[in-house]
Amino acid sequence: MNEDTMLVQRIANGTVVDHIPAGRALSVLRLLGEPQKRGVRVAIVMNVKSSKMGVKDLVKVEGLEIEEQTAQRLALIAPQATINIIREYEVVQKTKAVPPEVVYALLKCVSSSCITNKEREPLVTTFYRRSHKPLVYSCRYCGRDIDENEISEQLIGVSL
Amino acid sequence: MAKNRASWSKRDVISILDFSREELELLFEETDKFVTQEKAPNTLSEKIVATAFFEPSTRTRLSFSVAALRLGAKVIDLSPDVSSLLKGESFADTISMLEGYADLIVLRHPSEGAALFAAELCEKPVINGGDGSQHHPTQAMLDIYTVSRTLGQIDGLVYAVVGDLKYSRTASSLLYALTKFKPKMVHLVSPEALALRKEVYQRLKEVSLPMEVHSSIEEVISQVDVIYLTRIQKERFADPDEYKRLKGSYVITKSLLEKSHAIVLHPLPRLEELPYEVDRTPNAAYIKQAHWGVPLRMALLNLILGDSQ
Repeated sequence: MNEDTMLVQRIANGTVVDHIPAGRALSVLRLLGEPQKRGVRVAIVMNVKSSKMGVKDLVKVEGLEIEEQTAQRLALIAPQATINIIREYEVVQKTKAVPPEVVYALLKCVSSSCITNKEREPLVTTFYRRSHKPLVYSCRYCGRDIDENEISEQLIGVSL
Repeated sequence: MAKNRASWSKRDVISILDFSREELELLFEETDKFVTQEKAPNTLSEKIVATAFFEPSTRTRLSFSVAALRLGAKVIDLSPDVSSLLKGESFADTISMLEGYADLIVLRHPSEGAALFAAELCEKPVINGGDGSQHHPTQAMLDIYTVSRTLGQIDGLVYAVVGDLKYSRTASSLLYALTKFKPKMVHLVSPEALALRKEVYQRLKEVSLPMEVHSSIEEVISQVDVIYLTRIQKERFADPDEYKRLKGSYVITKSLLEKSHAIVLHPLPRLEELPYEVDRTPNAAYIKQAHWGVPLRMALLNLILGDSQ
């Protein structure tokens, strides 16, 4: 039994998001739509020791399985997090939240003069990953960079 | 060589970064022919070129029109101030319409990315005549061509890019163009408020362009071979007094050039940064530069629309 499971109970069914960069557990919950506000049982563990990361956060959500689309968004808030889907106390699926090389139709360019911010144009925003650490994407159309905080503001309404 | 020509055929020109050194050298060889040739070939007599300038332009629009006309093509011009754009027609619809009317579209737009978006919408070649503060690839081609034709080389020279490096698309496009060659050094000379944008600087650094940052041209003038001057626009400064205080540092005067062998390039139009007294110095290369805009754009149109054999 590791330190994480000692701190909080195991869950029967749901999702465990592990290896969240320290301090971002609440951002992850926000991205998941704050299930705790709907009465869902949620456990948060912050600043636990990690051999890979030094310190990390961890979130457990009972009864909720994170879907592929949400996992992609989660990768932008918590790059390299591990998403474990739990059924009857067993991990049935384990995926790493890798920030995609290209992000389509999700982020908005931060430059007001970019063509993607013109109204009524049939355009899908496209961002290319330029750096992993720190996470930086750039707009396909104007080349402007968007950093982790700007991404977070767009996805969950607050900076990291 | 035939292979190189083929790579130009029906091609969009969105960013100078999309072109290899070999492709640019072929363009310059073709431009040389048009500079010296008295009678232009009628190679594009079956073609129609559309110019769509959503921002003011003198040299880019006219030199493209003249280049097309000299090659026998017909030119149609969309004037945004008297077109359905005033009725709220979208950019996408305007481009789709032009695609049906012309064989190639030359476009200028105040929004960055407009030319790339147009190229995605349109099967016909799109040439970016300037998109916001981002790219102006044909100006950069002309700038590099002017250096090559005037000094006989592009590699091994010391460049100073002076003025508004933050918003000037010609400055950033020239810097991107220089990444295709081997300049000895590139001095970036600007007030701090108009320094090169972080992401542009970062991209240039990633490809190891040798760069140094300076706040005054006097610091480097004795070392440079090419001065590329851009205008500093008053409206870029929040504080008008700061503009007044700084503008003098970026003026190239005749007396300053007495200490220099450098050629002076300017994409024009000019303001106070380039007084008329400089026109008569041996350093001035900007009038030739503007004139060569026609043969360079003839070569460009011919490579894109002409017979690729």
